[in-house]
Amino acid sequence: MISGFVIRKNQYYDSVFLMNVSRRMSEVKGVLQTAVLMGSPANKQLLLDIHIQDDQIEKAQPNDLIVAVIAESPAIVENVLGRLNEWLEAIQENAPSLSVKTLEEGLSQKPNANLAVISVPGEYAAREAKKALEAGLNVFLFSANVSIEDELALKQFAAAQGLLVMGPDCGTSLIGGAGIGFANSVRRGPVGVIGAAGTGLQEFTSQVHLAGSGISHAIGTGSHDLSEKINGLTTLAALDALDADQQTRIIAIVSKPPAASTLAVLFERIKTCKKPVVGCFLGVNPVLLNGKPNFQPAETIDEAVRIAVASVNGQPAMPTVGLTEEDLAAIRMEKKRWLPEQKYLRGILAGGTFCYQSQQILRKAGITIHSNNPFDRKYLLADPDRSIENTIVDMGDDFYTIGRPHPMIDGAMRKRRILAESRDPQVAVLYLDFILGYNASMDPVGEMVEAIREAKRNSRQRGGTLTVVTSVCGTEADPQDLNLQMKMLQEAGALVFRSNALASAALCELLGQE
Amino acid sequence: METLVSKLLSGPVIAINLGLKSFGASLEQQGVEVVQVEWAPPAGGDREMMDLLDDLL
Repeated sequence: MISGFVIRKNQYYDSVFLMNVSRRMSEVKGVLQTAVLMGSPANKQLLLDIHIQDDQIEKAQPNDLIVAVIAESPAIVENVLGRLNEWLEAIQENAPSLSVKTLEEGLSQKPNANLAVISVPGEYAAREAKKALEAGLNVFLFSANVSIEDELALKQFAAAQGLLVMGPDCGTSLIGGAGIGFANSVRRGPVGVIGAAGTGLQEFTSQVHLAGSGISHAIGTGSHDLSEKINGLTTLAALDALDADQQTRIIAIVSKPPAASTLAVLFERIKTCKKPVVGCFLGVNPVLLNGKPNFQPAETIDEAVRIAVASVNGQPAMPTVGLTEEDLAAIRMEKKRWLPEQKYLRGILAGGTFCYQSQQILRKAGITIHSNNPFDRKYLLADPDRSIENTIVDMGDDFYTIGRPHPMIDGAMRKRRILAESRDPQVAVLYLDFILGYNASMDPVGEMVEAIREAKRNSRQRGGTLTVVTSVCGTEADPQDLNLQMKMLQEAGALVFRSNALASAALCELLGQE
Repeated sequence: METLVSKLLSGPVIAINLGLKSFGASLEQQGVEVVQVEWAPPAGGDREMMDLLDDLL
């Protein structure tokens, strides 16, 4: 095993670009590992972790590009590093170099801009967001690792200026039909939604589209907005904005559990909204949500969608849509093929909200789930890489994504975990989510379908069957081909559901007692 | 009262993108006006130098 590296001073690229370069380089025969990153302290630590160490690397700055390769022979290392310009240019071919270097220069080109989309590394993000707000721009702040103090200061400043800060750690928004970050292509319509949960917003907006209605705006708030410290500043600003917005006829809120004090503040504001509000606060005891003025609680995202769509159509909410007879028959068939020792579920998920909602649904059915992001702290996995009995892992968690691509854009990590789980003879069910939309992988199923087939083969060789349950979040208008993605899953023998809640209902059937 | 938020919602979105180029590209793909900033850590990522620059400007 031989390694080598190259440093390019003052050559900055963003992390998605570098991931694509790294992916291409790692496809070369004989290459064992590649690292293509900027010289930030965190990235230099990642290089140390793979035993790539040198004085020059230690001295590298955040503006310096470091490309490291581990391969089977010195010739391969030399060849790959020698072709660095080629790798960089291959990815860059459609992106001519631009003369705009700062936010200020950007503003001089478009003085009428109304939104800054910021996804720079976390340590620089608050600074850029502050500059944008001072220039009168609303902010979509994708960057994570912004301190809670900086978040509060940004949001207080924005509130005083009548501006919106979506984030930090905000993955998704849809403003007037424009999908920002990880967003699905959905019809415009009368349903407005606020979400402190990225994949929750994607699921809600896609489901509204599938139900034949549409979205006025979907406003992401960032994952800390409903914490005690931030006290819902962006959620409240978004409620004001949607209440005043002429397109919006009903407002939905989708979130993981808010702080109790923040929930009380929200209910005070909801009471005075001119428009009806429906809320899915995952993980909150339903008793705490009943009987609030101008508020309809929903236990799942799907239920929130049904209530919202029925309301704008002037109809009573449709009864709960559950599994079809056909689904139940397929589930019975799968269960019949299990060996006696096969009894556990392993969920390997990309969506944090899906991990959470699945746990809520399964817990209600009396099924205990272990997780790295558990519904109940009692069931926290000591090691996220080691499943215990029934486990659902959120592979979008920081543990997996610091310095590595999120599973929504690259399936490599999930593939390895799928195969590892399939070697456990006690595993009966594998659950996977697939998330389509802008900025997500262009072929999320294609990346993993071989691993699914291999996992099923592993189980078959032991004489059993591995049941693979999947949910697909997205619409037929997304850049990926939704129907092809679903067809590939079906052909690989997976059960395919159109929502995480429905897939979770199937998991309850599979794991429940006869 | 018209705020800067309500102006954003009444649209159209006109964006300045700092960071992941793919975010800017996906907005363009949807027909949104975007300026892509060729962003790099200011002052070479030197925190003290950045603070100094901020004080000067």
